[in-house]
Amino acid sequence: MEKAEKTQEKLLGLAATLYDQFLQGIVPHISLPSRTKSNIEYSSKDDVWVYGDQETLRSVKTVRGAKTLLKTVHLTELLIKEHLKNNRGSTLREIYYISENWDLAKFHEQAESDRLIEDLEIVTALQREDFHVRPEEDGAAVFGPLRLREQTRRGEREMHCQEDVGEAGYQIPFNVDNIQFLGHDAKLVMAIETGGMYARLIENGFDEEYGAILVHIKGQPARSTRRIIKKLNDELKLPVVVFTDGDPWSYRIFASIAYGAIKSAHLSEHLVTPAARFLGVQPSDIVDYNLSTDKLTDQDIQALRAELTDPRFNTPYWEKQIKLQMDLKKKAEQQAFAGKGLDYVTKTYLPERLSEMGII
Amino acid sequence: MEIAEELARQQKAISVAEFFEKNRQILGFDSAPRALITCVKEAVDNSLDACEDAGILPDIFVQIKRSGDYYQVIVEDNGPGIVAEEIPRVFAKLLYGSRFHTLRQSRGQQGIGISAAVLYSQLTSGRPTKVISKIGPGRPANYCELMINTAKNEPEVLKAEEVEWERPRGTRVELEMEGSYVRSRRQSVFGSLKSAAIVNPHARITLVEPEGNVEVFERATEALPKMAYAIQPHPAGIELGELIKLLRYTDKKKLRVFLKETFSSIGSILAQELCIRAGLDPERPPSGLEHEDAKKLLGAFKQIKVKAPPVDCLSPIGEDLIKAGLEKEYRLDFIATTVRPVSVYSGNPFLVEVGLGFGGELEKESRVEILRFANRVPLVYQQGACAVTHAVESVSWKNYSLSQPTGAGVPVGPAVLLVHVASTNIPFTSESKDAVADVPEILAEIDLGLKEVARKLRRYLSRQSSLSERREKEEIIRKILPRIAKKLSDVLEREEPDIGPVVAKIMGNLLVHRYATQQNGLTEVKIEVENHSDLLRAFKLHEVLRQEAASVSPAAKVVPLGDGYDYHWKLSLGPGERVSLSYSVPTDDTSFGEPVVEGLEAEIVTGARVI
Repeated sequence: MEKAEKTQEKLLGLAATLYDQFLQGIVPHISLPSRTKSNIEYSSKDDVWVYGDQETLRSVKTVRGAKTLLKTVHLTELLIKEHLKNNRGSTLREIYYISENWDLAKFHEQAESDRLIEDLEIVTALQREDFHVRPEEDGAAVFGPLRLREQTRRGEREMHCQEDVGEAGYQIPFNVDNIQFLGHDAKLVMAIETGGMYARLIENGFDEEYGAILVHIKGQPARSTRRIIKKLNDELKLPVVVFTDGDPWSYRIFASIAYGAIKSAHLSEHLVTPAARFLGVQPSDIVDYNLSTDKLTDQDIQALRAELTDPRFNTPYWEKQIKLQMDLKKKAEQQAFAGKGLDYVTKTYLPERLSEMGII
Repeated sequence: MEIAEELARQQKAISVAEFFEKNRQILGFDSAPRALITCVKEAVDNSLDACEDAGILPDIFVQIKRSGDYYQVIVEDNGPGIVAEEIPRVFAKLLYGSRFHTLRQSRGQQGIGISAAVLYSQLTSGRPTKVISKIGPGRPANYCELMINTAKNEPEVLKAEEVEWERPRGTRVELEMEGSYVRSRRQSVFGSLKSAAIVNPHARITLVEPEGNVEVFERATEALPKMAYAIQPHPAGIELGELIKLLRYTDKKKLRVFLKETFSSIGSILAQELCIRAGLDPERPPSGLEHEDAKKLLGAFKQIKVKAPPVDCLSPIGEDLIKAGLEKEYRLDFIATTVRPVSVYSGNPFLVEVGLGFGGELEKESRVEILRFANRVPLVYQQGACAVTHAVESVSWKNYSLSQPTGAGVPVGPAVLLVHVASTNIPFTSESKDAVADVPEILAEIDLGLKEVARKLRRYLSRQSSLSERREKEEIIRKILPRIAKKLSDVLEREEPDIGPVVAKIMGNLLVHRYATQQNGLTEVKIEVENHSDLLRAFKLHEVLRQEAASVSPAAKVVPLGDGYDYHWKLSLGPGERVSLSYSVPTDDTSFGEPVVEGLEAEIVTGARVI
């Protein structure tokens, strides 16, 4: 059966459940796993973090619940009748605007419609790409010894991610399923938080010297970014390391790549790369490399404390590093290595760390 | 000459008037705006007291005029008037009055107020006070100009004559003084008269402000407050010194008679018992009692529970009039009131009344306004020093649905509190009568009164919230559910589902659901009745049919009608219970009306007509 038809069937199934609840005199409701820190647990099957058993109930018993269900039904109708039947798509932002005409069912902010799309993903066990819903911004950029083919709306394109791209690299499309890897000379994949460090590594020729596929993750990684990292790891069997700033927010970036994000734990098996390893900047690097630092702010300290109670960070490695950082009361950026010369990071730090980790 | 003799020559009595001349803040004349307020308040209090004594509905006219550098205060009433000879002493002698020696609730007590105003006026403007008074139609009106001889505390009459005055009776007083007129909400002549109008809803008060603006506080009732009667002191809480004084100066010859006649709430039997308890001969002359004997007697007072003092000596405003007063001056959604029983402190009976207004146009984010009254006189200044405020602050208002940001203190919310303390002798913190002293008995009574109205407020608010819950449910049922059902039928391209059963569940209603199936020329009808509420529902269910039904289960009562039959079942369903009824009719008889429920309210039934 075609994918669109399958998707449509699942969405109709949801509508039918609600319909039958009316007929049976059951107060219409949908139950969903609750999406909080306290309800994610480790799945040893896939080595990722997924939702636990805690559920929240959306029922028409309250005005809020009733409105949410009404919005859900409206959204279902949009996805079936506009998207799937006509092979069209909308961005998350567009969906928020489409609801303008839904009167009582209008979304108050985009976060609300985004959340509802995630709900539908959970209920149908599908992904928003299946609903033809795409994010606003593009995913990451990739630079490295990799040849691939992309299925675009205007035909197939083949390219090499060093030879056929500009200095910014190859732009990942929102639906990673449209990419096919053709060949590579790589030894590792390095996900990099900041554009500055990504450009530094390209300028220094790090990708060529070490056979590294560089992925610029642009802050908190988009779904497509996480999927391309997973795809590189799964299909090419390449080790993945994550190189970020040395602060609590960056550890969360790593966690969402390697362990899964709390908001999208229902998709962990599609998005998460359990084999990904944290390269740095580690709190211990601040000491070992005598990096220039900034003071931790109150929010930083709060975030570190929250991470200590986050089940994803409940490992001896993270506990040691986070506690060390709380003692130091300091954080360091990736760019801090520039203080020791522009080549220091590629000639000294990265080779040392990578051999420490047993990757080169 | 010895030093002590030298000093003795310099010592002399100070006249009361001289004393107050030097200590005007004690009487409430310490600032220019306050002097005007105090002066108006004293004159209005006198007018209200006089009208009440005479059984007249007060009609009081107040005018403030600018006159050069000074203000002219005119207060005129329709009271009983004052006889010519008394006028000078009433207005121009301090500590002269009719109320100091009686135990009875009145606004004025010491006879200081108005003469202090006269004194202040003559000190600041140098002008005499002008008084006109008339005691009845056909009688002459007496006019006089007065000043106080401060050295002697005696009135000086500068001018006295008979004049023409259009009023049938009443008194008019005109004072000129330094002052400053403030138009604010609370601490102003306007604010103080507004408060007076709230607790004196039987009075009409007209205020003409310096700019010519006229404010009328209209009366809300024609009924005069109950007259307060003079009583004897109550034995509870009387002090030893007071008792000794009473014993010494009584003209009664026997102790038991003394006890019975001197105190309220003591009869012959109790007097006898008190003597026995104290180990004193009831026949002994009271004046012969020693200090030790008086102590024993006081001990006996404490052992025996004497009934509360009679209420007659107090004149509470009453719940209805508190409500009327608040309604008159504020727009409110809810008013709670309470009148506490009479209680006693140091031998003085007192009672506390509390009113609470909520909602309406009151400010939601600001502190609750506290209207304090003592013997129907508004207290404007020194709110922070007053027992009323202290009692309000110590209530835990969070328990009663008002917020109290710091956990204690005056609560915040759209509310106004009115507290009236009535007593034969209000314990003020100072002679300016701004604040009630923290007497434990009074604090306790105010606390109880506040909590009573607070409980009423909480009940009201919880009722409101269950109403809003009901409204919320109605929104779901009227607007949202039908839309969901419609959309689902659009998406699935199926018939719109019946939302009745779900509605009944959400509303906690009684659901009546009828299904019909056709078979062998018969229509089999099944009626499911389910009680979704938390209460037992007892009712009758009717089905009106054209023809007789067969296999009716359970058996129903049948009443033949002219053109058909009324089948009815008497049902009683507990919470969550359901029952199934069934019968069959020939298929050609398809004219079903809705099932009918008898004995329940329409809004708690879904799926049936209610009669």
